[in-house]
Amino acid sequence: MRALRQSEGSLGASVRERLVAFVRVLRDNGLVIGLAETHDALLIMSEPGAARPHRLRVALRALFCNRRSDLQKFDDAFDAFWFTRNTRSVVKLAGVPTKAQAGQFAPRTGTSDQPGAGAPDPVQRGEGDDTSQGGRGTREGASHVENLAQIDFRHIVAPGDIAAAHGIAARLAKSMRARLTRRMRARRRGQILDLRRTIRSSVAHGGVPFQLAYRQRRHKPLRLVVLLDASGSMSLYSAIFLRFMHGVLDCFREAEAFVFHTKLVHVSPALRERDPQRAVERLTLIAQGTGGGTRIGESLATFNRWHAKRVIHSRTCVMIVSDGYDTGSTSQLADEMAALRRRCRRIAWLNPMIGWQDYAPEAAGMKAALPYVDLFAPAHNLASLQALEPYLARI
Amino acid sequence: MSARQIPANYRIETVKIPQDVIASKMTAAGYIPDRELATALWLMDSLSRPLLLEGEAGVGKTEVARALAETHGTKLIRLQCYEGLDQSSALYEWNYQRQLLAIKAREGADADAVEEHIFSERYLLERPLLASIRQPVSPVLLIDEIDRADEEFEAFLLELLADFQISIPELGTITATTIPRVVLTSNGTRELSDALRRRCLYHYVDFPEADREARIVLSRIPHIDAALALQVATMVGLIRKEELRKSPGVAETLDWAAALVGLEVRHLQDDPETVHATMMCLIKTAEDRSRITPEVTARLIGKVA
Repeated sequence: MRALRQSEGSLGASVRERLVAFVRVLRDNGLVIGLAETHDALLIMSEPGAARPHRLRVALRALFCNRRSDLQKFDDAFDAFWFTRNTRSVVKLAGVPTKAQAGQFAPRTGTSDQPGAGAPDPVQRGEGDDTSQGGRGTREGASHVENLAQIDFRHIVAPGDIAAAHGIAARLAKSMRARLTRRMRARRRGQILDLRRTIRSSVAHGGVPFQLAYRQRRHKPLRLVVLLDASGSMSLYSAIFLRFMHGVLDCFREAEAFVFHTKLVHVSPALRERDPQRAVERLTLIAQGTGGGTRIGESLATFNRWHAKRVIHSRTCVMIVSDGYDTGSTSQLADEMAALRRRCRRIAWLNPMIGWQDYAPEAAGMKAALPYVDLFAPAHNLASLQALEPYLARI
Repeated sequence: MSARQIPANYRIETVKIPQDVIASKMTAAGYIPDRELATALWLMDSLSRPLLLEGEAGVGKTEVARALAETHGTKLIRLQCYEGLDQSSALYEWNYQRQLLAIKAREGADADAVEEHIFSERYLLERPLLASIRQPVSPVLLIDEIDRADEEFEAFLLELLADFQISIPELGTITATTIPRVVLTSNGTRELSDALRRRCLYHYVDFPEADREARIVLSRIPHIDAALALQVATMVGLIRKEELRKSPGVAETLDWAAALVGLEVRHLQDDPETVHATMMCLIKTAEDRSRITPEVTARLIGKVA
């Protein structure tokens, strides 16, 4: 081991530079690599044990990768960088803007199926519809903001109102977080002396209450997992929900976000981007991907198979935002809902259409899912989002 | 050129590759590693970094640590993590009973002297983490299922792994006499912090491929036929491809192989009914049990042939 520490000087400056460039490529691809790791990589490169490319690859992989999803990224980057193989992926690697790209793809689907970047943005589409919906978003009133909270998202069309609604959605998420966590902290501090156990244990010490026993309620923080339907039928709503999700992820200590249409995409990393506008824009691009229906059942299956184990714990609320129009098989949807039901504490299904007049959950998918849902609530305006808070606080 | 001249590539062939050395040592200790794991183990030694093993339950993560301790001829110190694990059960605790007795025995003596006495090493109970840095020979420290512990504990562990010293308020700072080899395992029930992941070498332990699993069976089950071992391994591989709630791990494979040997099955095709009956070694939930019907078993056996 000590011999290793001394031998790094034997490497030429060009090798060092190449390595540093390689590390930069990996960082751009979302791997977390510190200075210490780069330094250790230099040590490895000067070892006979890593003298062959495949040995070096295996060694650097153990050092640089931090999670399973990194393994494939590392291999691609390694080939592209050192062998200039897979030239196509070189282009892709170079085009990755930030590390937020990490984890955007469904597991094992490879990196080739990213939806086209030219897909329409629902916000834009809403503005285009201006003529048909006659500016109902701009109402006169004492408090414009309050009014805005009552208006169905479909009818918010003026650009200024859209921005305001987004702002409120983000703030709403923030305030929900503040209240929920404050309550939890107060509970955590509530340390009560357990008199019974203290006296019992004092018997062993001749009646001296030497070992004080405490009672303390351990509370896991509530974790929120949001699954957002981003299919065509939801397009009028998805932009604002994305904004809400961004707020939630920014504020909740534990939250995960997924978007689905025909397949499920894990979007938490992309949503953690600071600038909300950019995060939402990038997401709408992903979300508005392939079109052609909604496979809720299949998306849930992906979730149960690949993500549920990691993101769900005993105090998790899964929030599905969808209108329940499913083009996949209904029986699969029911099966997967049942599986999900067994796993998590609560399932809340938010359906924007509940807010419409005369709505009944007639869609076959919605009917199949309903027996497994704890809360079936409207989510068509800001007020309905706000109404969720007391429910979440009770979980 | 004379015939006795040494070929140019001769020396390269004889250089001992450290990961191969480790692989053969581990094999001798009863764990058959793949190349990647061997490399990770080598780096663990040469870079003195902890090793983080992830993988499904039952792929033999814990076994790696056991075999590693055996190859180095050292002690394996194990810390099983669970929710609510705190410093008093991970690090150290005072032996309150003995302290109380000591106070009783010294009643009337100088209070300061008594206090000095009862907060000495004699009254200190070592827990795994403290024990691991006070060994004469550097041990293997296995921190099992780190994902079950709380985030606070993870942060504390990170600090310990960085400087290997523990401060006890009443006693002062205890610095490590030896740096342990640290193996962490995780089942992925909770996302670990980036900081911890970055510090560790990472290896994903997958279910072994049929060939390696057959070798594991051969090394662990005495008197098993090599052909049967390969059949068993292939069969288990096929069962893992069926979408089961709980895929059988390597330990289950070993159980099953032992059961088959005990029932004197030589060939899976000979006796499909017995094979199906022994599936209880592999399949552990009622739902999976109903999915693997005798017909499915027969079909899978057909594929093994």
